[in-house]
Formats: sequence, structure tokens, C-alpha cells
Amino acid sequence: MSYREALREALREALQADPRVFLMGEDVGRYGGTYAVSKGLLEEFGPERIRDTPLSELGFVGAGIGAALGGMRPIVEVMTVNFSLLALDPIVNTAAMLRHMSGGQFSVPLVIRMATGAGRQVAAQHSNSFEGWYAHVPGLRVLSPATVEDARAMLAPALADADPVLIFEHAQLYNMEQEVPDGAALAADISSARVRRAGSDVSLVTHGGSLPKTMQAAEALAGLGISAEVIDLRVLRPLDDDTVMASVRKCHRAVVVDEAWRSGSLAAEVMARIGEQAFFDLDAPLARVCSEEVPIPYARHLEEAALPQAQKIVATVQALMGRRP
Amino acid sequence: MNAEPAMKIVGAGFAAGPPQGETAPAGGSAAHEVAGVGPLDKAFALGLLSDMLRIRRMEEKAAELYGQQKIRGFLHLYIGEEAVATGAVRALQPQDNVVATYREHGHALLRGVGMGAIMAEMYGRQEGCSRGRGGSMHLFDRACRFFGGQAIVGAGLPLATGLALADRMQGRHALTACFFGEGAIAEGAFHEAMNLAVLWHLPVLFCCENNLYAMGTALARSESQTDLCVKAASYGMVTRKVDGMDVVAVHDAVQYAAQQVRGQGPMFLELATYRFRAHSMFDPELYRDKSEVEAWKTRGPIHTFSARLKAQGSLTEEKFLALDASAQSEVDAAVSFAEAGSWEPVTDLLRDVTTPTAKASAMHTARGAAP
Repeated sequence: MSYREALREALREALQADPRVFLMGEDVGRYGGTYAVSKGLLEEFGPERIRDTPLSELGFVGAGIGAALGGMRPIVEVMTVNFSLLALDPIVNTAAMLRHMSGGQFSVPLVIRMATGAGRQVAAQHSNSFEGWYAHVPGLRVLSPATVEDARAMLAPALADADPVLIFEHAQLYNMEQEVPDGAALAADISSARVRRAGSDVSLVTHGGSLPKTMQAAEALAGLGISAEVIDLRVLRPLDDDTVMASVRKCHRAVVVDEAWRSGSLAAEVMARIGEQAFFDLDAPLARVCSEEVPIPYARHLEEAALPQAQKIVATVQALMGRRP
Repeated sequence: MNAEPAMKIVGAGFAAGPPQGETAPAGGSAAHEVAGVGPLDKAFALGLLSDMLRIRRMEEKAAELYGQQKIRGFLHLYIGEEAVATGAVRALQPQDNVVATYREHGHALLRGVGMGAIMAEMYGRQEGCSRGRGGSMHLFDRACRFFGGQAIVGAGLPLATGLALADRMQGRHALTACFFGEGAIAEGAFHEAMNLAVLWHLPVLFCCENNLYAMGTALARSESQTDLCVKAASYGMVTRKVDGMDVVAVHDAVQYAAQQVRGQGPMFLELATYRFRAHSMFDPELYRDKSEVEAWKTRGPIHTFSARLKAQGSLTEEKFLALDASAQSEVDAAVSFAEAGSWEPVTDLLRDVTTPTAKASAMHTARGAAP
């Protein structure tokens, strides 16, 4: 099953299971979804529940919040994280804060899905990775499914959550194919990180679109005699410190891999937490592989140079291990 | 600049017959007959007057308490604009939703939030309607379907649109009344919400409280088109201008509009009003002349309505004083309630950021019950 099909199956299942659930966003209906995730759902569920919106991120995300308050379980699709900046106000100032500023009276059971990330030569304004910005905000839960299983499994618990949940789908992952267990065997948890590859020399902490690159790097490192453990954060807020620290305490070295820029980033947060909680377990300085601090360029060779790549991860680990790349 | 209070507004007469000046652009004739309806039901009229007095006395007290530093932060008073909330909220049904702004004390009160709970909220007490987490700008009440207390200008409009969408999808016969100032009309949220509401035929009643100033910026200094109904009408919205200083005109307009909204979809009302006090307690009011404020005060909603009721024999000075005294004693009780309130323990600081799961909730209750 592909990541895209997994997302679609999860949507179909949610729409079948609960009449309060509906999908709303730009081109989710007639067009079939910008990334073809919702293809066929309009025919199956009709235009009320597969609701095409105008290009009004501020308006329809705000309306999603209102619909959630009014008893529905909306899934709002924002085409990409880049456009979600037009809806930052309702997401941050309203969805995330409403429960608190109403003294606990109004929870906002809203799910917002959006594509994120670079790597397809779509240049600066369509290649951002702002998951970390949202992970900054109390009141939000931020998910980053990096496997087909998570793409299939995370929506149901997100909808069951009484508070706003943001799901970031890396655009490079939609075509990824993996085996997925059947319904009941799906991992339904949206609170913990996962060890994707066990190792003993270095912890590679990553999420989303950077997971395949990190797995590739771990494989290459194994060929060099370095045993890398790969942690997939899965949930960017609240962070699962325990899984990260357990790995760091075992491996004594850690590299964070994240496609966002490094300054003021989620990678910085993970490193800070390791520094706070596992400093004396470290045998080497912390390191990270992030995007270079430049808007993502169009030209292929420049884009590749700007983004984290497996060989950069390998080289960073080698330097950390005191080896010459 | 709309400096003088001369109205280019159709004020009254909605109850009597088919609407005048409806649909876009709703310019209307310059009829300036504030009291254009027949004799009012006495009890109903006195109720309106009493409600305006309750808001007025509550807010005067709040201003005084602000001076004493009992109330802190931002405090935006509605003084001068009471006819709008009073006329409008009375015309709504219990199943309707109300979304308001940071100048929402009056709307909350008349929607049924207790004055004590409002005052306690302004004090920051945990007995407040938002447990002291919101303050003056964030009054909320689930039981009254009062959804705030939204303090980002324009943010309430998409929210209201979504509430209406939920009602429509669930077949509830409810509408959402969304109050906002004319300043919100410059925000993209206004335009996006107008479009969505009309496109999807949603039961939203957009109530624009046009007090002529967005903080200190006069309408004509911020809008290329100062006829707000024209803007709303460009989305195919049914619009109407109302004299927001006339409580009966507001009530009749909202009652009529509510009926339209329930049956046919959204409507936009421009309620022309004026803020007698500063924007907030920090505002030195450098942007308008005292003479302009004084001129508007001659049209103050409480004394003009009182005069009208007296003229038609529905109100005596004694009765007025009795209503005023009753409002004042409600205020006194509210202040006592707030004064007697308690501070939420700092150990609870992190509560209500997210919704407790059943398990965590049980734990919280158990902790709370412990000595």
C-alpha cells in the first residue's frame, strides 16, 4: 500500500465510522486532492462531507474551528504548510488557546492535515518545513507520520483527541510503498516515538520525510562498522523524551536530522532536551543535520545541497565518532 | 469623516412591515425617526431599558475598579453602545450561538452570564466565567452558547461561520450571531467569512457594530469604501443599516433578520453606534474632538429611550430610579462576589491547556478531593 492510499483509507474509514466527520479544503472534492489523497471520496460521500473550499485558508480553518465547537469532527486539509501561514492566526490564537482562555469550557476537536517539505524542485515558497513552529505552541498536538502504517493509523486517534491535532505529510512520501498490518493490528498511539532501527553507537533522531534518508544513512554506517539507532519522533508535540533519552543513554552519541532550518528549530529543542536530561551520558558533542539556512532553491543540484542527505548524515556521524569521512 | 451624529441611517419600523432598504447596497432614505414604531409593550420596553442600565452600571463600576487596580490588563468599555447588544441579544433564541469581541461584557451579561461571574473574571478569580484565565476580553459560557470573547479583530467571523456550518450539517434550527466592529471589515477574515457564509447559505447573522473608530483610526481614514453594506453586499449578502443608538430599532431589525437567517441564509446588519469612552483604559483619545463625543452623547441610548418611554406614559421618574437602583444593587452584589472570590492555586497553572483524558481527569478529581 502507498502512503497516499493509506491516508485515503484512513479518511474513508473515519467518514464511514462517524457522521460528524467531514473533510474540507482546497480541491479535496472534484479535483480529488492536490496530492490525490481524497480521490474518489467525493463520489462516495458527497459534496457536504467532501467539501471544496475557496482559497481562503484563514476563513476555512477558522470555520473548521467553529464547526468543531459546534459538534462536528472536521478534518481540514490545508494544501501545504506554506499556505498554512495564512491560517496561523486561527490555528495558534484560536484553536490552540480556546480551551485555556475559556477556563476549560471549549475544547476544539479539529484535525488539520497538510503537506510539508522540499525535494521536488518547487522552489522557495512551496518547500518549507514549519512543523517545528507549530510544535512550539501549547494546546496543539503535532504529528509527523513517516511510515505508511502511521499514515494509515494516526488519523483515527487524532479524531478521537478532544484537542486540535496537526498532521504533517511530507510530500516526498506520498508514493512510498510499505506493508501495513490489518486494522486491529495498527499502532493507534499518537504520543510516543519509535525505534525504527536498533543500534548501539549513535542515536539518529528524526521524523517525517527525513526518516527514509536517515534509514539509508544508518545502512551505510553499518557498512562502515558503525551501529546507528534510528528514532522516529512521530509526535513533535508533545515530544516523547523517554524514548529519545533511553536511546541516547545506550548509544552515548546523538545526531538530530530535520529538514527545517537549524536556528530556533525543533532540532534545537531536541538537542536542548538531551543536554538537559542526558548530558552526562554523552561521549561526544551533540550534532545535527538540517537544511542550510537559505530559502530552498529551484535548481536541482542546489536544492539537494540545501537539504539533509544520507551522505551528510553519514559524514556527520563519522566526524562525531572521531573518524575521517 | 463621519464626525457629526447626523444619521444617514434607516432606524425604525421593521416590526411593522416589510423591510425597507434591504439588499445591496442598502443606502436607504435619510429617515431619522428614532422612535418610528408605535407604543411598545410596557414590560418589554422596561426590560430593554433595565438591561441597558445593567450594562452601563456594571461597566462604570468596572472602570472605577480599574482605577483602583482591582481590574487589570485591557478593559474595553461598551458605554454608549448598549442599545446594540440589548436589542440584539433579546431577539435571539436559547439554541443560538453568540460570538463576540473583546468589547463583550454587555453581550455576555444579556446572554445570561451572571454579572458576578463576569466581575469575578475581570478580577482574575477562579469563580469567573472563564476561571480567571481569560479576563475582560475572554468571557465564555458554554451553557449560554456564548463563544467569547474573541480578541483578535476579525477572528470571530470565520469561527461563527463554522458554528453555523455545524448547525446546518446537524439540522439544528439555530443561528449564530456574530458581533464585530467596523475595524474588522478591513481584515481578510471578514471577506473570507462573507464569501463562505453566502456560498454555503449558512445561518449566520453578522452584526457589525460600527462605532466609527478602529481604536483611533476613523473609518474614512482606513476604508476606501465607507458604506459597509456595499462591501458585504458584494458577496451577495443581504444587508441592512440600523440605527444602533435606538434599542427598539436594533431589536426589530435583529428579530426580522434572525427569521431571514434561519430560513434563507446569512445577513449583514450595520448597527451605527458610538463609543462614549476611550478605546481601552490606555487610550488618551487624541484622535477625536470632545465636541464630537458630546454631540453623540445627546443621542445616548439610555436617556433617549427613557425620554421616549416617559413621553408615551410608560415610564415615570420613580420607575426609572427603581430600575437604576436595581441595576446598581446587582452591580454591588457582583462586586461582593468577585471580592469574595478565590485565586486559583498556582499548582493548577498548567490545567486546561489540553483536555484531560478520562484517566487523567479521574486522577485530577481524586487530587482535587484530597484534603
